[in-house]
Amino acid sequence: MAEAPGRAAVAEKAKVTPKPKIKPIEDKIHCWPYLVRSEYVCSIIITALLMVWSIGINAPMEEPANPTNTPNPSKAPWYFLGLQEMLVYFDPWMAGVVLPSLIIVGLMVIPFVDINPKGNGYYTFQERKFAVTMFLFGFLILWVSLIVTGVFLRGPGWNLFWPWEVWDPHKVVALTNVDLPYWGPFKVLGNPKIFDVELLGLTLVTLYLTVLPVAFWFWKSKTSPILQELGPLRYGIVAFLFLTMMGLPIKMFLRIAFNIKYIWVTPWFNV
Amino acid sequence: MIKRLKDLKKTILESQVWRSMFRHDYADTPRNRTLQIMSNVWMHLHPPKVRRHAIRIRFTWCMGGITFLLFLVLTVTGVVLMFYYRPVAEYAYADMKYLQFDVPFGMLVRNMHRWAAHGMVITVWLHMFRVFMTGSYKSPREFNWVIGVILLTLTLLLSFTGYLLPWDQLSIWAVTVGTNMARATPLLGHEGPFAQVAGVTPRYDARAFLLGGTIVGPPTLLRFYVLHCIFLPILASLLMIVHFWRIRKDGGISGPL
Repeated sequence: MAEAPGRAAVAEKAKVTPKPKIKPIEDKIHCWPYLVRSEYVCSIIITALLMVWSIGINAPMEEPANPTNTPNPSKAPWYFLGLQEMLVYFDPWMAGVVLPSLIIVGLMVIPFVDINPKGNGYYTFQERKFAVTMFLFGFLILWVSLIVTGVFLRGPGWNLFWPWEVWDPHKVVALTNVDLPYWGPFKVLGNPKIFDVELLGLTLVTLYLTVLPVAFWFWKSKTSPILQELGPLRYGIVAFLFLTMMGLPIKMFLRIAFNIKYIWVTPWFNV
Repeated sequence: MIKRLKDLKKTILESQVWRSMFRHDYADTPRNRTLQIMSNVWMHLHPPKVRRHAIRIRFTWCMGGITFLLFLVLTVTGVVLMFYYRPVAEYAYADMKYLQFDVPFGMLVRNMHRWAAHGMVITVWLHMFRVFMTGSYKSPREFNWVIGVILLTLTLLLSFTGYLLPWDQLSIWAVTVGTNMARATPLLGHEGPFAQVAGVTPRYDARAFLLGGTIVGPPTLLRFYVLHCIFLPILASLLMIVHFWRIRKDGGISGPL
Protein backbone atom coordinates (compact mmCIF):
# COMPACT_ATOMS: atom_id res chain seq x y z
CA MET A 1 0.00 0.00 0.00
CA ALA A 2 2.71 2.41 1.00
CA GLU A 3 4.58 1.69 -2.20
CA ALA A 4 1.72 2.47 -4.55
CA PRO A 5 1.92 6.29 -4.48
CA GLY A 6 5.70 6.05 -4.88
CA ARG A 7 5.38 4.03 -8.04
CA ALA A 8 2.67 6.30 -9.35
CA ALA A 9 4.95 9.29 -8.80
CA VAL A 10 7.77 7.55 -10.64
CA ALA A 11 5.44 6.77 -13.52
CA GLU A 12 4.38 10.41 -13.65
CA LYS A 13 7.98 11.52 -13.73
CA ALA A 14 8.76 9.05 -16.50
CA LYS A 15 6.09 10.66 -18.65
CA VAL A 16 7.64 14.09 -18.28
CA THR A 17 11.31 13.23 -18.77
CA PRO A 18 12.29 11.56 -22.05
CA LYS A 19 12.58 7.78 -21.72
CA PRO A 20 16.14 6.46 -21.40
CA LYS A 21 17.06 4.24 -24.37
CA ILE A 22 18.70 1.51 -22.27
CA LYS A 23 16.60 -0.48 -19.83
CA PRO A 24 17.92 0.33 -16.36
CA ILE A 25 19.82 -2.52 -14.72
CA GLU A 26 17.74 -4.12 -11.99
CA ASP A 27 18.62 -3.15 -8.46
CA LYS A 28 20.30 -6.33 -7.26
CA ILE A 29 22.57 -7.18 -4.37
CA HIS A 30 24.91 -10.06 -3.64
CA CYS A 31 23.40 -13.01 -1.77
CA TRP A 32 26.74 -13.35 0.00
CA PRO A 33 26.76 -11.71 2.45
CA TYR A 34 23.47 -9.77 2.46
CA LEU A 35 20.92 -12.60 2.13
CA VAL A 36 22.98 -15.37 3.70
CA ARG A 37 23.67 -13.44 6.87
CA SER A 38 19.96 -12.64 7.34
CA GLU A 39 19.11 -16.29 6.88
CA TYR A 40 21.82 -17.22 9.34
CA VAL A 41 20.61 -14.80 12.00
CA CYS A 42 17.00 -15.87 11.38
CA SER A 43 17.93 -19.56 11.75
CA ILE A 44 19.70 -18.89 15.04
CA ILE A 45 16.77 -16.91 16.44
CA ILE A 46 14.21 -19.54 15.42
CA THR A 47 16.35 -22.41 16.73
CA ALA A 48 16.92 -20.60 20.02
CA LEU A 49 13.19 -19.86 20.38
CA LEU A 50 12.34 -23.48 19.65
CA MET A 51 14.89 -24.71 22.22
CA VAL A 52 13.63 -22.38 24.94
CA TRP A 53 10.03 -23.25 24.15
CA SER A 54 10.85 -26.99 24.21
CA ILE A 55 12.72 -26.72 27.51
CA GLY A 56 9.82 -24.83 29.04
CA ILE A 57 6.76 -26.61 27.69
CA ASN A 58 6.37 -30.36 27.44
CA ALA A 59 4.61 -32.02 24.52
CA PRO A 60 1.24 -33.44 25.60
CA MET A 61 1.12 -37.07 26.72
CA GLU A 62 -2.01 -38.76 27.99
CA GLU A 63 -2.85 -42.26 29.22
CA PRO A 64 -2.02 -45.23 26.98
CA ALA A 65 -4.25 -45.77 23.99
CA ASN A 66 -7.50 -47.46 24.98
CA PRO A 67 -9.94 -48.29 22.16
CA THR A 68 -12.73 -48.98 24.67
CA ASN A 69 -12.64 -45.53 26.29
CA THR A 70 -13.76 -42.75 23.97
CA PRO A 71 -13.01 -39.29 25.36
CA ASN A 72 -15.77 -36.70 25.08
CA PRO A 73 -15.11 -34.55 23.12
CA SER A 74 -12.79 -36.38 20.72
CA LYS A 75 -10.99 -33.75 18.73
CA ALA A 76 -8.89 -34.08 15.58
CA PRO A 77 -5.49 -32.32 15.59
CA TRP A 78 -6.02 -28.57 15.85
CA TYR A 79 -5.21 -27.83 12.20
CA PHE A 80 -8.11 -30.07 11.11
CA LEU A 81 -10.64 -28.63 13.57
CA GLY A 82 -11.98 -26.28 10.89
CA LEU A 83 -13.01 -29.39 8.97
CA GLN A 84 -14.40 -31.05 12.10
CA GLU A 85 -16.35 -27.87 12.82
CA MET A 86 -17.90 -28.07 9.34
CA LEU A 87 -19.40 -31.42 10.39
CA VAL A 88 -21.93 -29.44 12.40
CA TYR A 89 -23.32 -28.01 9.19
CA PHE A 90 -22.63 -30.73 6.59
CA ASP A 91 -22.60 -34.53 6.48
CA PRO A 92 -19.18 -36.22 6.57
CA TRP A 93 -19.04 -36.91 2.83
CA MET A 94 -19.27 -33.15 2.26
CA ALA A 95 -17.37 -31.71 5.26
CA GLY A 96 -14.75 -34.45 5.46
CA VAL A 97 -14.14 -35.40 1.84
CA VAL A 98 -15.63 -33.14 -0.83
CA LEU A 99 -14.96 -29.75 0.74
CA PRO A 100 -11.35 -30.51 1.79
CA SER A 101 -10.64 -31.81 -1.72
CA LEU A 102 -12.20 -28.70 -3.21
CA ILE A 103 -10.09 -26.50 -0.91
CA ILE A 104 -6.92 -28.16 -2.24
CA VAL A 105 -8.05 -28.11 -5.86
CA GLY A 106 -9.39 -24.58 -5.46
CA LEU A 107 -6.05 -23.34 -4.15
CA MET A 108 -4.27 -25.04 -7.05
CA VAL A 109 -6.39 -23.39 -9.74
CA ILE A 110 -5.99 -19.88 -8.32
CA PRO A 111 -3.07 -18.93 -10.62
CA PHE A 112 -4.96 -20.14 -13.68
CA VAL A 113 -8.23 -18.33 -13.04
CA ASP A 114 -6.73 -15.11 -11.64
CA ILE A 115 -5.62 -13.56 -14.92
CA ASN A 116 -5.29 -10.05 -13.53
CA PRO A 117 -1.67 -9.16 -14.38
CA LYS A 118 -1.49 -6.45 -11.72
CA GLY A 119 -0.24 -6.98 -8.21
CA ASN A 120 2.49 -9.43 -9.24
CA GLY A 121 5.30 -9.15 -6.73
CA TYR A 122 4.10 -6.41 -4.42
CA TYR A 123 1.42 -5.86 -1.80
CA THR A 124 -1.71 -4.20 -3.10
CA PHE A 125 -5.40 -4.32 -2.34
CA GLN A 126 -6.57 -1.63 -4.75
CA GLU A 127 -5.40 -3.47 -7.87
CA ARG A 128 -6.92 -6.87 -7.02
CA LYS A 129 -9.85 -6.29 -4.69
CA PHE A 130 -11.86 -9.39 -5.57
CA ALA A 131 -8.97 -11.85 -5.29
CA VAL A 132 -7.70 -10.49 -1.99
CA THR A 133 -11.20 -10.25 -0.50
CA MET A 134 -12.00 -13.85 -1.46
CA PHE A 135 -8.73 -15.16 -0.05
CA LEU A 136 -9.02 -13.25 3.21
CA PHE A 137 -12.62 -14.39 3.60
CA GLY A 138 -11.76 -18.04 2.95
CA PHE A 139 -8.57 -18.08 5.01
CA LEU A 140 -9.28 -15.81 7.96
CA ILE A 141 -13.06 -15.84 8.31
CA LEU A 142 -13.76 -19.45 7.40
CA TRP A 143 -10.58 -21.49 7.98
CA VAL A 144 -8.94 -19.73 10.94
CA SER A 145 -12.08 -18.72 12.81
CA LEU A 146 -13.56 -22.22 12.54
CA ILE A 147 -10.31 -23.63 13.92
CA VAL A 148 -10.49 -21.16 16.84
CA THR A 149 -14.10 -22.21 17.45
CA GLY A 150 -13.17 -25.89 17.32
CA VAL A 151 -10.18 -25.54 19.62
CA PHE A 152 -11.54 -23.21 22.28
CA LEU A 153 -15.34 -23.22 22.16
CA ARG A 154 -16.30 -26.88 21.62
CA GLY A 155 -16.80 -29.13 24.63
CA PRO A 156 -18.50 -32.45 25.39
CA GLY A 157 -21.04 -33.50 22.79
CA TRP A 158 -19.44 -30.91 20.49
CA ASN A 159 -21.63 -28.34 22.25
CA LEU A 160 -20.65 -24.69 22.38
CA PHE A 161 -19.04 -23.58 25.64
CA TRP A 162 -17.62 -20.15 26.30
CA PRO A 163 -14.10 -20.19 27.77
CA TRP A 164 -15.40 -19.20 31.22
CA GLU A 165 -18.07 -21.93 31.26
CA VAL A 166 -17.51 -25.32 32.88
CA TRP A 167 -17.58 -28.25 30.44
CA ASP A 168 -20.77 -30.01 31.51
CA PRO A 169 -20.98 -33.44 29.82
CA HIS A 170 -24.70 -33.56 30.62
CA LYS A 171 -25.54 -30.22 29.04
CA VAL A 172 -28.94 -30.57 27.41
CA VAL A 173 -29.34 -28.93 24.03
CA ALA A 174 -32.79 -29.08 22.46
CA LEU A 175 -32.68 -30.83 19.07
CA THR A 176 -35.13 -28.64 17.22
CA ASN A 177 -33.50 -28.76 13.80
CA VAL A 178 -35.81 -29.45 10.88
CA ASP A 179 -35.22 -30.10 7.21
CA LEU A 180 -36.13 -27.33 4.83
CA PRO A 181 -39.37 -28.87 3.42
CA TYR A 182 -40.81 -29.00 6.96
CA TRP A 183 -39.81 -25.47 7.86
CA GLY A 184 -42.06 -22.41 7.99
CA PRO A 185 -43.33 -21.26 4.59
CA PHE A 186 -42.18 -24.40 2.76
CA LYS A 187 -44.56 -26.61 4.76
CA VAL A 188 -47.44 -25.66 2.46
CA LEU A 189 -45.72 -27.34 -0.51
CA GLY A 190 -46.09 -30.75 1.16
CA ASN A 191 -42.60 -31.92 0.12
CA PRO A 192 -43.25 -33.27 -3.40
CA LYS A 193 -40.84 -36.03 -4.52
CA ILE A 194 -39.81 -37.70 -7.74
CA PHE A 195 -38.08 -41.12 -7.41
CA ASP A 196 -37.74 -40.41 -3.67
CA VAL A 197 -35.78 -37.21 -4.39
CA GLU A 198 -37.18 -34.06 -2.84
CA LEU A 199 -38.09 -31.59 -5.55
CA LEU A 200 -37.73 -28.50 -3.38
CA GLY A 201 -34.09 -29.21 -2.52
CA LEU A 202 -33.33 -30.28 -6.09
CA THR A 203 -34.75 -27.01 -7.38
CA LEU A 204 -32.93 -24.83 -4.86
CA VAL A 205 -29.53 -26.52 -5.30
CA THR A 206 -29.86 -26.43 -9.09
CA LEU A 207 -30.87 -22.77 -8.99
CA TYR A 208 -27.93 -21.97 -6.74
CA LEU A 209 -25.22 -23.87 -8.61
CA THR A 210 -26.29 -23.51 -12.25
CA VAL A 211 -29.07 -21.03 -12.94
CA LEU A 212 -27.62 -18.32 -10.70
CA PRO A 213 -24.11 -18.24 -12.23
CA VAL A 214 -25.39 -18.72 -15.79
CA ALA A 215 -27.90 -15.90 -15.38
CA PHE A 216 -25.21 -13.65 -13.95
CA TRP A 217 -22.98 -14.45 -16.95
CA PHE A 218 -25.66 -13.48 -19.47
CA TRP A 219 -26.55 -10.39 -17.50
CA LYS A 220 -23.01 -9.05 -17.07
CA SER A 221 -20.69 -10.58 -19.68
CA LYS A 222 -21.73 -8.09 -22.42
CA THR A 223 -20.75 -5.08 -20.32
CA SER A 224 -17.99 -6.39 -18.08
CA PRO A 225 -14.50 -6.48 -19.66
CA ILE A 226 -13.29 -8.61 -16.74
CA LEU A 227 -15.84 -11.34 -17.48
CA GLN A 228 -15.08 -11.19 -21.23
CA GLU A 229 -11.40 -11.63 -20.60
CA LEU A 230 -12.07 -14.42 -18.12
CA GLY A 231 -14.08 -16.43 -20.64
CA PRO A 232 -16.84 -18.92 -19.84
CA LEU A 233 -14.58 -21.76 -18.63
CA ARG A 234 -12.60 -19.73 -16.10
CA TYR A 235 -15.75 -17.92 -15.04
CA GLY A 236 -17.52 -21.25 -14.52
CA ILE A 237 -14.71 -22.57 -12.32
CA VAL A 238 -14.55 -19.38 -10.26
CA ALA A 239 -18.34 -19.28 -9.89
CA PHE A 240 -18.52 -22.94 -8.83
CA LEU A 241 -15.73 -22.61 -6.26
CA PHE A 242 -17.12 -19.31 -4.97
CA LEU A 243 -20.66 -20.65 -4.59
CA THR A 244 -19.39 -23.84 -2.91
CA MET A 245 -17.37 -21.79 -0.47
CA MET A 246 -20.36 -19.55 0.24
CA GLY A 247 -22.43 -22.68 0.87
CA LEU A 248 -20.76 -22.98 4.26
CA PRO A 249 -21.71 -19.53 5.64
CA ILE A 250 -25.17 -19.92 4.09
CA LYS A 251 -25.74 -23.22 5.89
CA MET A 252 -24.27 -21.78 9.09
CA PHE A 253 -26.73 -18.90 8.87
CA LEU A 254 -29.71 -21.16 8.15
CA ARG A 255 -28.78 -23.40 11.07
CA ILE A 256 -28.11 -20.70 13.60
CA ALA A 257 -30.98 -18.42 12.59
CA PHE A 258 -33.69 -20.94 11.61
CA ASN A 259 -32.55 -24.36 12.93
CA ILE A 260 -32.56 -25.82 9.44
CA LYS A 261 -30.64 -29.10 9.15
CA TYR A 262 -30.78 -30.28 5.54
CA ILE A 263 -31.76 -28.29 2.48
CA TRP A 264 -32.06 -31.39 0.35
CA VAL A 265 -32.57 -35.00 1.37
CA THR A 266 -32.06 -37.80 -1.17
CA PRO A 267 -31.80 -41.56 -0.68
CA TRP A 268 -28.03 -41.35 -1.31
CA PHE A 269 -26.85 -38.14 0.31
CA ASN A 270 -28.09 -35.08 2.13
CA VAL A 271 -27.05 -31.47 1.65
CA MET B 1 56.63 -15.23 15.25
CA ILE B 2 54.04 -13.35 13.25
CA LYS B 3 55.96 -13.98 10.11
CA ARG B 4 55.99 -17.70 10.89
CA LEU B 5 52.24 -17.69 11.38
CA LYS B 6 51.79 -15.87 8.11
CA ASP B 7 54.00 -18.41 6.40
CA LEU B 8 52.00 -21.21 7.97
CA LYS B 9 48.75 -19.67 6.78
CA LYS B 10 50.20 -19.31 3.30
CA THR B 11 51.35 -22.93 3.30
CA ILE B 12 47.91 -24.15 4.40
CA LEU B 13 45.97 -21.96 2.00
CA GLU B 14 48.13 -22.95 -0.94
CA SER B 15 48.26 -26.63 -0.08
CA GLN B 16 46.70 -29.07 -2.46
CA VAL B 17 44.29 -30.31 0.22
CA TRP B 18 42.95 -26.86 1.07
CA ARG B 19 42.65 -25.80 -2.54
CA SER B 20 40.82 -29.00 -3.38
CA MET B 21 38.14 -28.04 -0.85
CA PHE B 22 37.91 -24.28 -1.31
CA ARG B 23 38.10 -22.95 -4.84
CA HIS B 24 38.47 -19.31 -3.86
CA ASP B 25 39.88 -17.16 -1.09
CA TYR B 26 37.88 -15.15 1.39
CA ALA B 27 38.81 -11.59 0.41
CA ASP B 28 35.66 -9.49 -0.01
CA THR B 29 35.61 -8.99 -3.76
CA PRO B 30 32.60 -9.21 -6.07
CA ARG B 31 34.14 -12.30 -7.66
CA ASN B 32 34.49 -14.06 -4.33
CA ARG B 33 31.00 -13.04 -3.25
CA THR B 34 29.69 -14.78 -6.33
CA LEU B 35 31.94 -17.81 -5.85
CA GLN B 36 30.85 -18.17 -2.21
CA ILE B 37 27.41 -18.96 -3.59
CA MET B 38 28.25 -20.67 -6.88
CA SER B 39 30.95 -23.07 -5.67
CA ASN B 40 29.12 -24.24 -2.55
CA VAL B 41 26.61 -27.04 -2.87
CA TRP B 42 24.41 -25.72 -0.03
CA MET B 43 24.66 -22.06 -0.95
CA HIS B 44 23.99 -22.54 -4.64
CA LEU B 45 20.35 -22.91 -3.77
CA HIS B 46 20.67 -19.12 -4.06
CA PRO B 47 21.48 -17.13 -7.16
CA PRO B 48 24.64 -15.00 -6.84
CA LYS B 49 22.47 -11.90 -6.69
CA VAL B 50 18.89 -11.18 -5.67
CA ARG B 51 16.63 -8.19 -6.03
CA ARG B 52 17.15 -5.74 -3.21
CA HIS B 53 13.64 -6.11 -1.79
CA ALA B 54 14.06 -9.90 -1.54
CA ILE B 55 15.95 -9.56 1.73
CA ARG B 56 13.42 -7.21 3.28
CA ILE B 57 11.65 -9.10 6.04
CA ARG B 58 8.53 -7.01 5.43
CA PHE B 59 8.31 -8.44 1.92
CA THR B 60 9.01 -12.13 2.48
CA TRP B 61 8.29 -12.52 6.21
CA CYS B 62 11.06 -15.13 5.90
CA MET B 63 8.28 -17.72 6.13
CA GLY B 64 9.40 -20.06 3.34
CA GLY B 65 12.90 -20.16 4.81
CA ILE B 66 11.62 -20.78 8.34
CA THR B 67 9.40 -23.57 7.05
CA PHE B 68 12.44 -25.22 5.43
CA LEU B 69 14.49 -24.70 8.61
CA LEU B 70 11.77 -26.37 10.67
CA PHE B 71 11.67 -29.24 8.19
CA LEU B 72 15.41 -29.73 8.73
CA VAL B 73 14.98 -29.57 12.53
CA LEU B 74 12.20 -32.14 12.24
CA THR B 75 14.37 -34.43 10.13
CA VAL B 76 17.25 -34.33 12.62
CA THR B 77 15.13 -34.70 15.76
CA GLY B 78 12.97 -37.28 14.00
CA VAL B 79 15.98 -39.47 13.21
CA VAL B 80 17.09 -39.25 16.86
CA LEU B 81 13.61 -40.30 18.00
CA MET B 82 13.68 -43.25 15.59
CA PHE B 83 16.62 -44.68 17.54
CA TYR B 84 14.42 -45.11 20.60
CA TYR B 85 10.93 -45.67 19.26
CA ARG B 86 9.35 -48.90 18.02
CA PRO B 87 6.06 -48.64 16.05
CA VAL B 88 4.54 -51.68 17.75
CA ALA B 89 1.40 -51.31 19.84
CA GLU B 90 2.94 -53.16 22.82
CA TYR B 91 6.09 -51.02 22.89
CA ALA B 92 5.21 -47.63 21.43
CA TYR B 93 3.81 -46.01 24.58
CA ALA B 94 6.54 -47.51 26.79
CA ASP B 95 9.17 -46.16 24.41
CA MET B 96 7.61 -42.70 24.74
CA LYS B 97 7.93 -42.99 28.53
CA TYR B 98 11.50 -44.21 28.11
CA LEU B 99 12.24 -41.13 26.00
CA GLN B 100 10.63 -38.94 28.61
CA PHE B 101 12.36 -40.31 31.72
CA ASP B 102 15.50 -42.26 30.77
CA VAL B 103 16.95 -41.10 27.48
CA PRO B 104 19.39 -38.19 27.98
CA PHE B 105 17.69 -35.10 26.54
CA GLY B 106 14.95 -37.42 25.25
CA MET B 107 12.14 -35.15 26.34
CA LEU B 108 13.87 -32.12 24.82
CA VAL B 109 14.21 -33.86 21.46
CA ARG B 110 10.59 -35.02 21.55
CA ASN B 111 9.40 -31.54 22.55
CA MET B 112 11.40 -29.94 19.77
CA HIS B 113 9.97 -32.41 17.26
CA ARG B 114 6.42 -31.78 18.44
CA TRP B 115 6.59 -28.00 18.59
CA ALA B 116 8.54 -27.68 15.36
CA ALA B 117 5.82 -29.75 13.67
CA HIS B 118 3.08 -27.44 14.94
CA GLY B 119 5.26 -24.47 14.02
CA MET B 120 5.76 -25.77 10.50
CA VAL B 121 2.00 -26.03 9.94
CA ILE B 122 1.66 -22.37 10.96
CA THR B 123 4.64 -21.09 8.98
CA VAL B 124 3.60 -22.94 5.85
CA TRP B 125 0.16 -21.29 6.08
CA LEU B 126 1.74 -17.90 6.61
CA HIS B 127 4.08 -18.54 3.68
CA MET B 128 1.08 -19.25 1.47
CA PHE B 129 -0.63 -16.16 2.85
CA ARG B 130 2.40 -13.98 2.00
CA VAL B 131 2.75 -15.47 -1.47
CA PHE B 132 -0.92 -14.82 -2.13
CA MET B 133 -0.82 -11.27 -0.82
CA THR B 134 2.15 -10.37 -3.02
CA GLY B 135 0.50 -12.06 -6.03
CA SER B 136 3.63 -14.15 -6.44
CA TYR B 137 1.67 -17.07 -7.88
CA LYS B 138 1.00 -15.11 -11.05
CA SER B 139 2.67 -15.90 -14.35
CA PRO B 140 5.34 -17.30 -14.68
CA ARG B 141 5.11 -18.85 -11.21
CA GLU B 142 1.75 -20.65 -11.53
CA PHE B 143 3.20 -24.15 -11.41
CA ASN B 144 5.35 -23.45 -8.38
CA TRP B 145 2.21 -22.37 -6.51
CA VAL B 146 0.61 -25.71 -7.41
CA ILE B 147 3.66 -27.54 -6.03
CA GLY B 148 3.42 -25.35 -2.95
CA VAL B 149 -0.20 -26.41 -2.40
CA ILE B 150 0.86 -30.07 -2.64
CA LEU B 151 3.65 -29.38 -0.13
CA LEU B 152 1.13 -27.72 2.18
CA THR B 153 -1.04 -30.84 2.00
CA LEU B 154 1.99 -33.06 2.63
CA THR B 155 2.92 -30.95 5.67
CA LEU B 156 -0.54 -31.54 7.13
CA LEU B 157 -0.36 -35.26 6.34
CA LEU B 158 3.11 -35.52 7.90
CA SER B 159 1.85 -33.83 11.02
CA PHE B 160 -1.27 -35.98 11.09
CA THR B 161 0.56 -39.30 10.68
CA GLY B 162 3.04 -38.28 13.38
CA TYR B 163 0.15 -37.44 15.68
CA LEU B 164 -0.68 -41.14 16.06
CA LEU B 165 2.80 -42.37 16.99
CA PRO B 166 2.80 -41.59 20.79
CA TRP B 167 -0.02 -44.17 20.98
CA ASP B 168 -1.80 -42.40 23.82
CA GLN B 169 -5.47 -41.50 24.20
CA LEU B 170 -4.94 -38.11 22.54
CA SER B 171 -3.38 -39.63 19.45
CA ILE B 172 -5.62 -42.61 18.73
CA TRP B 173 -8.84 -40.66 19.18
CA ALA B 174 -7.67 -37.70 17.15
CA VAL B 175 -6.69 -40.06 14.35
CA THR B 176 -9.97 -41.96 14.76
CA VAL B 177 -11.94 -38.73 14.32
CA GLY B 178 -9.78 -37.73 11.34
CA THR B 179 -9.84 -41.05 9.50
CA ASN B 180 -13.56 -41.60 10.16
CA MET B 181 -14.11 -39.10 7.38
CA ALA B 182 -12.73 -41.62 4.89
CA ARG B 183 -15.70 -43.92 5.36
CA ALA B 184 -17.93 -41.16 3.99
CA THR B 185 -15.97 -40.89 0.74
CA PRO B 186 -18.38 -41.00 -2.19
CA LEU B 187 -18.25 -44.46 -3.82
CA LEU B 188 -15.14 -45.55 -1.86
CA GLY B 189 -16.39 -45.33 1.74
CA HIS B 190 -18.99 -47.70 3.16
CA GLU B 191 -21.06 -44.87 4.63
CA GLY B 192 -20.56 -42.49 1.73
CA PRO B 193 -22.96 -41.63 -1.07
CA PHE B 194 -23.44 -44.46 -3.59
CA ALA B 195 -21.59 -46.98 -1.38
CA GLN B 196 -24.03 -49.72 -2.45
CA VAL B 197 -23.28 -49.04 -6.09
CA ALA B 198 -19.56 -49.56 -5.53
CA GLY B 199 -20.18 -52.50 -3.19
CA VAL B 200 -17.79 -51.40 -0.46
CA THR B 201 -18.07 -52.82 3.06
CA PRO B 202 -16.61 -51.66 6.39
CA ARG B 203 -13.76 -54.14 5.89
CA TYR B 204 -13.10 -53.18 2.29
CA ASP B 205 -13.32 -49.45 1.77
CA ALA B 206 -11.13 -46.34 1.71
CA ARG B 207 -10.93 -46.16 5.50
CA ALA B 208 -9.95 -49.81 5.95
CA PHE B 209 -7.27 -49.34 3.31
CA LEU B 210 -5.92 -46.37 5.26
CA LEU B 211 -6.07 -48.04 8.67
CA GLY B 212 -5.24 -51.62 7.75
CA GLY B 213 -8.42 -52.73 9.56
CA THR B 214 -11.71 -51.42 10.81
CA ILE B 215 -10.33 -49.52 13.82
CA VAL B 216 -7.23 -47.51 14.63
CA GLY B 217 -5.17 -50.50 15.77
CA PRO B 218 -1.63 -51.91 15.60
CA PRO B 219 -1.61 -52.16 11.78
CA THR B 220 -2.56 -48.48 11.63
CA LEU B 221 0.37 -47.60 13.87
CA LEU B 222 2.81 -49.38 11.56
CA ARG B 223 1.23 -47.88 8.45
CA PHE B 224 1.33 -44.35 9.80
CA TYR B 225 4.91 -44.85 11.01
CA VAL B 226 6.10 -45.90 7.56
CA LEU B 227 4.18 -43.08 5.90
CA HIS B 228 5.51 -40.61 8.47
CA CYS B 229 9.18 -41.64 8.39
CA ILE B 230 9.69 -42.79 4.82
CA PHE B 231 7.05 -42.15 2.22
CA LEU B 232 5.87 -38.62 3.05
CA PRO B 233 9.31 -37.12 3.92
CA ILE B 234 10.84 -38.45 0.70
CA LEU B 235 7.93 -37.19 -1.36
CA ALA B 236 8.06 -33.81 0.38
CA SER B 237 11.84 -33.60 -0.13
CA LEU B 238 11.53 -34.32 -3.83
CA LEU B 239 8.86 -31.68 -4.24
CA MET B 240 10.89 -29.21 -2.17
CA ILE B 241 13.80 -29.68 -4.58
CA VAL B 242 11.47 -28.85 -7.45
CA HIS B 243 9.92 -25.96 -5.48
CA PHE B 244 13.28 -24.28 -4.76
CA TRP B 245 14.63 -24.97 -8.25
CA ARG B 246 11.53 -23.49 -9.85
CA ILE B 247 11.91 -20.27 -7.87
CA ARG B 248 15.16 -19.60 -9.72
CA LYS B 249 14.00 -20.96 -13.07
CA ASP B 250 10.89 -18.79 -12.92
CA GLY B 251 12.97 -15.64 -12.53
CA GLY B 252 13.88 -15.56 -8.86
CA ILE B 253 11.81 -14.03 -6.13
CA SER B 254 8.84 -12.04 -7.40
CA GLY B 255 8.92 -8.28 -7.56
CA PRO B 256 7.28 -5.35 -9.33
CA LEU B 257 7.88 -5.76 -13.04
